[in-house]
Amino acid sequence: MRRAVKHVLLVIFGALMIYPLLWMVASSFKPDALIFREPGLIPTEFTVENYRHGWNALLHPFSHYLINSAIVVAGAVLGNLVSCSLAAYAFARLNFRLRGLWFAIMLMSIMLPIHVIIVPQYVLFSELGWINTFLPLIVPKLLATDAFFVFLMVQFFRGIPKELDEAARIDGAGHPRIFVQIMLPLSAPALATTAIFTFIWTWNDFFSQLIFLTNPDMYTVPIALRTFLDSTGQSSWGAMFAMSILSLIPLFIVFLFGQRYLVRGIATTGIK
Amino acid sequence: MRRDRRGWAVAALGELSKLRSKEGRATRAPSERNDGKAAVFFLAPWFVGLILIVAGPLVASLYLSFTDYDLLSDPNVIGMDNYVRLFEDPRLIQALYVTFSYVLISVPLQLAAALGLALLLDRGLRGLAIYRSVYYLPSLLGSSVAIAILWRQIFGTNGLVNQVLEWFNSVQPLIQIGTHGWVSHPDYALGTLMVLNVWTFGSPMIIFLAGLRQIPEMYYEAASIDGASKRRRFISITIPMLTPIIFFNLVLQLINAFQTFTQSYIISNGTGGPVDSTLFYTLYLYQQGFRNLDMGYASAMAWLLLIIIAAMTAINFFVSRYWVFYND
Repeated sequence: MRRAVKHVLLVIFGALMIYPLLWMVASSFKPDALIFREPGLIPTEFTVENYRHGWNALLHPFSHYLINSAIVVAGAVLGNLVSCSLAAYAFARLNFRLRGLWFAIMLMSIMLPIHVIIVPQYVLFSELGWINTFLPLIVPKLLATDAFFVFLMVQFFRGIPKELDEAARIDGAGHPRIFVQIMLPLSAPALATTAIFTFIWTWNDFFSQLIFLTNPDMYTVPIALRTFLDSTGQSSWGAMFAMSILSLIPLFIVFLFGQRYLVRGIATTGIK
Repeated sequence: MRRDRRGWAVAALGELSKLRSKEGRATRAPSERNDGKAAVFFLAPWFVGLILIVAGPLVASLYLSFTDYDLLSDPNVIGMDNYVRLFEDPRLIQALYVTFSYVLISVPLQLAAALGLALLLDRGLRGLAIYRSVYYLPSLLGSSVAIAILWRQIFGTNGLVNQVLEWFNSVQPLIQIGTHGWVSHPDYALGTLMVLNVWTFGSPMIIFLAGLRQIPEMYYEAASIDGASKRRRFISITIPMLTPIIFFNLVLQLINAFQTFTQSYIISNGTGGPVDSTLFYTLYLYQQGFRNLDMGYASAMAWLLLIIIAAMTAINFFVSRYWVFYND
């Protein structure tokens, strides 16, 4: 009996939690006027007009912004996978001078808020002529500035038995080979976690994309949505909801297929 | 993954203290091989990034904080002026007030919700995976522009919240709740963002769940044999064993919450309004640096932010000695 009450409460609470999301999906299929009158989920009047209107409401069709976001995300994921795993291998497996100090510096850089370095970064990237390109969003990832993932992979590499690389070394393998043929294949879960979180963070990132991308041709999805909000004000919520839903679909897909890694990644490291 | 559930913040401090200890210095015995050459190869990208993208800009922003700089002409050194201005700027004081209110109210509420749900979901509950997914979903989506847009509608004059309130008022005469344009009212706008933060309790909840599972079952068994009641076991075993996780979540969420930007930007069209009631610190920094191109002042703001976050974290670690229980 008590157990049943508990389940009922948990279900009600869960429903309350995701109701706004479900309502947004439902509202994206309602005419604008109904969004302000119908708190229920089932549209009394069904339309896909919002999607058609939203898709073409800005300078470019919405696919343009989806593609831009996809390019930035792909670059960031690739960059983090390569650069962070390289650095992590050095910290986990190599002996070199001042390793402890460098490791501590790397850990401290995780805590550094982006806001503290964004102004000089902007100056640097504008000197290089990189403003309104995707380079300021991708190149730092190629240089392992998301030190958080270095830490995550160091933790994982340390859990791989050392005997494996010792054996490979006796067989004459050098570090690059041990890294590519032994560590990486065994680190699939850590690599997946890195890829998934990089995807989510980059897809959601608003602050740096807002700063580095000011040319409408280069807008990514979050910036396009912001522009949509500015240009139409309160007048076309339906279309805005429709495009918002589209922007959430990739995240939702990652959530469905990557849940195992998401949960494990959060539980072990405490990332969002 | 390694079983240390306390995460990087604690690992960082541990690593730093190891450096000072003899044990840390002695880790590399002279007889051990030195992989200097390989290390240069593996660390090269990280090192270049550290210097050019992180450390260099950090030093540069310290320098810029002592200058008047608008990006177009060369920086002009003006000494402490920017820092003096910080303390005389009413909007900065307001930004600090807004940010601290938000952090100090919404983070404890968020963690309380996370802990409460984690406790309910623990102990082999059926359907755990489904509940966990549903509660986690808002955390995943919460920082996106799309959700901020949704929030703006939900708490708008004719938004979902008011529709529900009006319906509630109409079906029963006893309790009448006033409706407002929540996001456009200076007394309530910040509150809607606090609700948004509490709504994303899913990720700390998952950390709590992992922590609960780390508590050895034998402690509970031993306590039961000694005749400890359920309540007693909760107070004397669960809570103390969980304090490291509570602490870790607290450090993490405070740092995160202090840097809130997207939601306040979207809800207020980038103004921090109504009447600066959602003027978060980072939003004000953005306005000064990238709208007014007052980059010297923005750099001084950035350093104040760094100092506040560092101090907040240090205080947390200091106070943790008195309430966090480490079993090892």
